[in-house]
Amino acid sequence: MYVDRGRQISIAVFLLALAGVLLGAAPSFFSLGNFKDILVNISYVAIAALGMMMVILTGQIDISVGATLSICSTLAATASKAGLPLWLVFAISIGAGAGLGLLNGLLVTRFKIHSIIVTLGTLSVFRGALIYFTKGAWIYQLPEDFRTVGLGTFLGIPNPIWAMAVVLLAGAWVLSATPWGRALYAVGSNPEAARLSGIRVPFVQASVFVACGALVGLATMFYATRFSTIQSNTGQGFEFLVITAVVVGGTNIFGGSGTVLGVMLGALLVGVTGTALTFLKISAYWEQALQGLFILLAVAFDALRSRRRRFTRRAGGGG
Amino acid sequence: MAELPLPLLAMEGIQKRFGGVQALKGVDFDLRRGEVHALVGENGAGKSTLIKILSGAYRPDAGTVRLEGQRVEITDPGQARSLGIATIYQETSLYPDLSVLENLFIGHPPRRGWGRLDWAAMRRQAREVFAQLGVELPLTAQLGDLGKAYAQLVEIAKALAQHARILVMDEATAALTADDVERLFAIIRGLREQGVAIIYISHRLEEVFRVADRVTVLRDGERVGAEPVAAVDQDWLIRRMVGRELHNLYPRNYRPPGKPLLEVRGLSRAGAFEGIDLEVHQGEIVGLAGLVGSGRSEVVRAIFGIDPYDAGTVRLDGEPLPPRPWTAVRSGLALLPEDRSRQGAILAMTVRANMTLAVLRDLQRRGFLDEAKELSITERFIQALQLRPPNPELSAASLSGGNQQKLVLGKWLATEPRVLILDEPTQGVDVGAKAEIHQLMDRLVGQGVGILMISSDLPEVLGMADRLLVMHRGRIVARLPRGSAPDVVMRAATGLLEEAHVR
Repeated sequence: MYVDRGRQISIAVFLLALAGVLLGAAPSFFSLGNFKDILVNISYVAIAALGMMMVILTGQIDISVGATLSICSTLAATASKAGLPLWLVFAISIGAGAGLGLLNGLLVTRFKIHSIIVTLGTLSVFRGALIYFTKGAWIYQLPEDFRTVGLGTFLGIPNPIWAMAVVLLAGAWVLSATPWGRALYAVGSNPEAARLSGIRVPFVQASVFVACGALVGLATMFYATRFSTIQSNTGQGFEFLVITAVVVGGTNIFGGSGTVLGVMLGALLVGVTGTALTFLKISAYWEQALQGLFILLAVAFDALRSRRRRFTRRAGGGG
Repeated sequence: MAELPLPLLAMEGIQKRFGGVQALKGVDFDLRRGEVHALVGENGAGKSTLIKILSGAYRPDAGTVRLEGQRVEITDPGQARSLGIATIYQETSLYPDLSVLENLFIGHPPRRGWGRLDWAAMRRQAREVFAQLGVELPLTAQLGDLGKAYAQLVEIAKALAQHARILVMDEATAALTADDVERLFAIIRGLREQGVAIIYISHRLEEVFRVADRVTVLRDGERVGAEPVAAVDQDWLIRRMVGRELHNLYPRNYRPPGKPLLEVRGLSRAGAFEGIDLEVHQGEIVGLAGLVGSGRSEVVRAIFGIDPYDAGTVRLDGEPLPPRPWTAVRSGLALLPEDRSRQGAILAMTVRANMTLAVLRDLQRRGFLDEAKELSITERFIQALQLRPPNPELSAASLSGGNQQKLVLGKWLATEPRVLILDEPTQGVDVGAKAEIHQLMDRLVGQGVGILMISSDLPEVLGMADRLLVMHRGRIVARLPRGSAPDVVMRAATGLLEEAHVR
């Protein structure tokens, strides 16, 4: 359970450098309103990224989160339009996400198929099923109380920012202070040793997909509620944003190490670059390329670090 | 005085520091042509560091290395190889999915024009090398199908194919059976005849006396002795290594055993083991002897529920035990696995997290970990096992092999097991730590724990067990009382005592 301070520092340095450039080129970037916008824009990414991080910690991955977001959005909007109370709409969205996550988790653990294949499959199945049931129709005229979730404020701060803060803090606590959180790191670092220590590895692996799905369901409530319509193909490319935030934030793609602070910084990096490009009047087409570059840099960094660690480990062992 | 011939290798005043630790404090070491020179010392004494300097993995901070009187700077492993220095590590660096031939020449294959591989030359050179070793191996067989002993052979052959003059063998026999060790010794003697110089590192001191000509002892980064083997004895070696008297390597207080705790009846799995009956009583150590591959580890893994079995029953304290590791742990069974770094310790996690991994459930208070309790458990076992350094926040990877083993043992003791299964508990562990582990075992059985111990180290099983079960080809072929002669055990283990069920 190494804490990768190095990664956190390099992201902070990058953000500071970017801030320097912006200060010269586009000082209007530095407004309270703009900062709020950035945080609101990344809030649903950061909430889902916490779930993704739990999955990646155990050495798995879930690329069906965009499709899950899409299904949860449609269900939540439909439920809200049908006049259901807000708490029930929340429960439906979170429950649907958890259910889809459970499906992923069972496929991975029961049939021992790698999660990248399982979730690639379910990604298409989820999207296909959604189009089949909605016939591709958009949902319009969402109720007022539904939209307040994403657009309202509390003590002057937008609701999504509150939600992000609470969820990430709770997540950090669960990961560091519960047996379940400890088990995630153990399973990701050395599944064989974890199993021999009496940890129920399949249960842990299935549970992270459920947690990830539920968090995507929760993220949905701060995503879908900000728009006036829900498209049936909403959330495309969402998995890319979420995985970028997690991996760039220092979670080892092979499992076993990562921090919630890293996830937050990763999400921030994703959000700030997008906005900064707009302010620097650089075409938004560069945004994806830049995010891809971040992933590559992060993974290269991991590879170098693990090589160095293997080397120092040899120094200590033996005799 | 006659002029001494120039040594093949002379290392002088070698120093190396890692962070705050001075691993080598000016060590001298020399090696003559055609000699087997044993290098011994406890874990952390600096043996590996010295060898890694020789093989180019580390650069020394000070000191010189001379080959045949010529000063050389060994800057990287490739250069060491080209100077004729080959190192054979504990864990082999071979590829199980490739053939013997491909493994021999990986990284330096003979070529013909246009970058094509010269298979004919490879086969010719391979046959030469195996003839030199006096063994025959199927060149096209997949290495993974041949077993650990052959992997070791292929490693040696690979070094010879690269014209090694100096062969460093680091714990070469750790994973070998008694038979294979004999074969390896014969090969070592053969190579010595041919003028190859061998640096032999082993924790098994009796091997030093059987195979080495000279021995150098390191302690805390210093050379504390270098003598011809004929001039010293085992006590001298141990005194030099640990710097103190070590009274008894096998401390046992035998007590009459209590009621049966673990009862296994008719346990079978096709192709692995058959009709295994065994009991472990309160307060006794049962030794499970046999050669590597005789099915010992497979049996204990099945008992613990790691691998399935086809037939038979396992009972703990009279209750049937379902074959799942987590139920085994909860019912009071513990298994110290054979492969400490892959199955035992989680190297990337802290000492604290490792120590409490098997008791996470008991550390819950309203769903959260009770950190104070966690720390007190960790401190308790750091104390009880004399874990060094005694820091719960260190990563397991930074501990030496012996201390990693103590850590895994601590993890299991924290579960307060009724039956403890130990699979090679002292493999790759230095003498000091070994004696400590043995003392602990005796203390545990004194408290009423039952222990089932697998060990390839024959003196160890004979010295520690109340009684012995010997396995051969998946069956228990002998049940021997304590005090049995080593050759009786060996005959049973090699299948020469099929019928003799001594009770």
